[in-house]
Amino acid sequence: MIVPNKTATGNQHPSGDERFKKIDNQLRRLKYEKDALLEILNSAQELFGYLSEDLLIYIAKQLHVPLSRVYGVATFYHMFTFEPLGEHTCIICTGTACHVKGANRIIEAISDKFSISAGETTPDGLFSLTIARCLGSCGLAPVVVLDGQVRGKETPETVTRRAWEIVAFSKDKQAEGS
Amino acid sequence: MDSTHLEALAQEERDRQGKYKRRIFCCTSTACLSAGAAITHNTLDQALAQCQCDEEEAEIVPTGCMGLCSQGPLVRVEIQNHAPLLYGNVSADVAQQIVTEHIPLSANEEDALDDDSIDATTPHDFMHLRASGAKKSLERFIIPLDSPFFAKQVRVVLTETGQINPEKLDDYLAHDGYQALAHVLAEMSPEDVCEEILNSGLRGRGGAGFPTGLKWKLANQELASEKYVIVNGDEGDPGAYMDRTVMEDDPHRVLEGMIICAYATGATSGYLYIRGEYPIAIRRIRRAIQAARRRGILGKSVLGTEFSFDAEIRIGAGAFVCGEETALIHSIEGQRGIPRIRPPYPTAAGLRDRPTVINNVETMANVPSIINKGAAWFASIGTDKSKGTKVFALAGQLRNTGLIEVPMGITLQEIVYEIGGGVPEGREFKAAQTGGPSGGCIPKAHLDTPIDYESLRQLGSIMGSGGLVIIDDSTLMPDFARFFIDFCVDESCGKCVPCRVGTVQIREQLDKIIGGNAGPEDLDRLENLCNVVKKTSLCGLGQSAPNPVLSTLKYFRDEYEALLKVKTADVTNN
Repeated sequence: MIVPNKTATGNQHPSGDERFKKIDNQLRRLKYEKDALLEILNSAQELFGYLSEDLLIYIAKQLHVPLSRVYGVATFYHMFTFEPLGEHTCIICTGTACHVKGANRIIEAISDKFSISAGETTPDGLFSLTIARCLGSCGLAPVVVLDGQVRGKETPETVTRRAWEIVAFSKDKQAEGS
Repeated sequence: MDSTHLEALAQEERDRQGKYKRRIFCCTSTACLSAGAAITHNTLDQALAQCQCDEEEAEIVPTGCMGLCSQGPLVRVEIQNHAPLLYGNVSADVAQQIVTEHIPLSANEEDALDDDSIDATTPHDFMHLRASGAKKSLERFIIPLDSPFFAKQVRVVLTETGQINPEKLDDYLAHDGYQALAHVLAEMSPEDVCEEILNSGLRGRGGAGFPTGLKWKLANQELASEKYVIVNGDEGDPGAYMDRTVMEDDPHRVLEGMIICAYATGATSGYLYIRGEYPIAIRRIRRAIQAARRRGILGKSVLGTEFSFDAEIRIGAGAFVCGEETALIHSIEGQRGIPRIRPPYPTAAGLRDRPTVINNVETMANVPSIINKGAAWFASIGTDKSKGTKVFALAGQLRNTGLIEVPMGITLQEIVYEIGGGVPEGREFKAAQTGGPSGGCIPKAHLDTPIDYESLRQLGSIMGSGGLVIIDDSTLMPDFARFFIDFCVDESCGKCVPCRVGTVQIREQLDKIIGGNAGPEDLDRLENLCNVVKKTSLCGLGQSAPNPVLSTLKYFRDEYEALLKVKTADVTNN
């Protein structure tokens, strides 16, 4: 069981990681209200890229809510992830417009090329493939976000080529470094 | 700050804008950005700087969506005393050309303009070049503004979208922004406001179509120490991006509607619940709130009156069910977004058990126009029971796709063939899908139906929040229905059995049919199952989840039948 600390302040994360301090600041701003759980989880996801068990325990302690509730809320929403993503990410929109314009063929092509399914990361940690429900750029369907860059009117060929190039570049750099 | 100060600021901004001979608007909304608008905007800025012309010659204005997203990036050039020109597919090269062609080098430009004869020494004046026929290369990027795509639209919600810089409060003020709020605070009682909205006939644009004025009135009549207003910006339907566009491109219009709602209902604080997938909308609304606070439009004593109201953003974390109002409330309270049984309705017991009005973004954005132009004006647009306009995100297999605002009562025929320009060559129109995973497919035979809440429901679909996806003959309807059910299986919150179990069963049944393992009795079973889920689910998600299956079964049953395995009679013959 997580034993809540008596005072909310004055028990910082032992790692001294700056990002935990940012979370503490936001907690203070939101007056440690239990309502703030979703806000805090959003910031944590943004700061850390994913929600580790340690992070969830920390949030539960600071907000004085049971870990089960923090875990229950975090797993309910799609935007929270519990494992780190790859160095490069490819998000394929599968909204209605992208669906009718062939988003599935892009997913198949990428899955084939990198031997991973949607939601997975390659074993070398270089590339993740994720699915978005709708990015809202339906006029330019199908839409793909590669390393944060949104592009419309994509084809299986254009996406796989660019993704492959990006990952190959990282591999080369790794090889140089070692 | 009071309303006279507001008017002074507006005038100051209007004067500032008026001094520019040309204003070049570059669309920087999400759709155009994914087509490369960031580079376009940058190039325009740099090209203008390189011109070294007088400051009054031109201004580059980053704006919101201009509508025709499929032709993005879009750039509109407004020259004083000339009709505006709209350019599509503006790459960096074209952007450079637009600046060099439109902005003259010399100061004697005006004299040359008065001169009827075409003078080749002023190569940088577009009008001259056009007249001489020399500037053909730029001309092919011009999109005629009198084409049916634009001519058929009526803009209420999108009045300022694409016309103003969404990150500048003063630009909104210059377009009569916050005039409605000032008027309401000075001249109307909260009850008057509720009455005005009720008389306008405005109905909820989130899909269900509940009369907005009535909702406000109910909240107004509640006695409570604290009441809330929530703007629902959790636009979850795949294929819909109307609310995102309004929040991104005209955030102050949403805020103004929200503050008026707060005044009408007696709320003192409120939340804008925005999907986490919309980072630009979140940023722009956040900036709008900060700017409004600085100007005294939000906070204690709004516009110098006794009325106080403040708003905050809450970010959704990706759950379709949070579009349902009670689920949304739970989400704001930091819980799992699970709906509860109504009544009590949120107007009686909502957020933290206090009276709460929840309205969709588009609904709120209609409010300032209704106050400014009157309920009668609003009620004159649309049909008998559905008033005003509706914004649709037009997508799928069409020539023109993008964001449109049309009067209620327009037919699908007009939207598909006139505004949308029809399906591309070699393809055939099959169905129009409205309402996302909660809606249905409308076949060709019903294209002449006027669009309003009632007729769409009669056809087995719903108005929904405004996604309108056109499907051609390359899409198989059972597959398409499965796509939506798959979505609902994922998004079902799991609270009630019919939705949690029923949607999975529907998907299995569809898989059996698509896999060629089903007999004729399976179609009846599927239909039956759909009806049970529809009638017994707790919230709107489950109640409408079977719509895509039911409507395709109704209009495209032959496609399902074609997939059935060989009939029993044929098997025994062999």
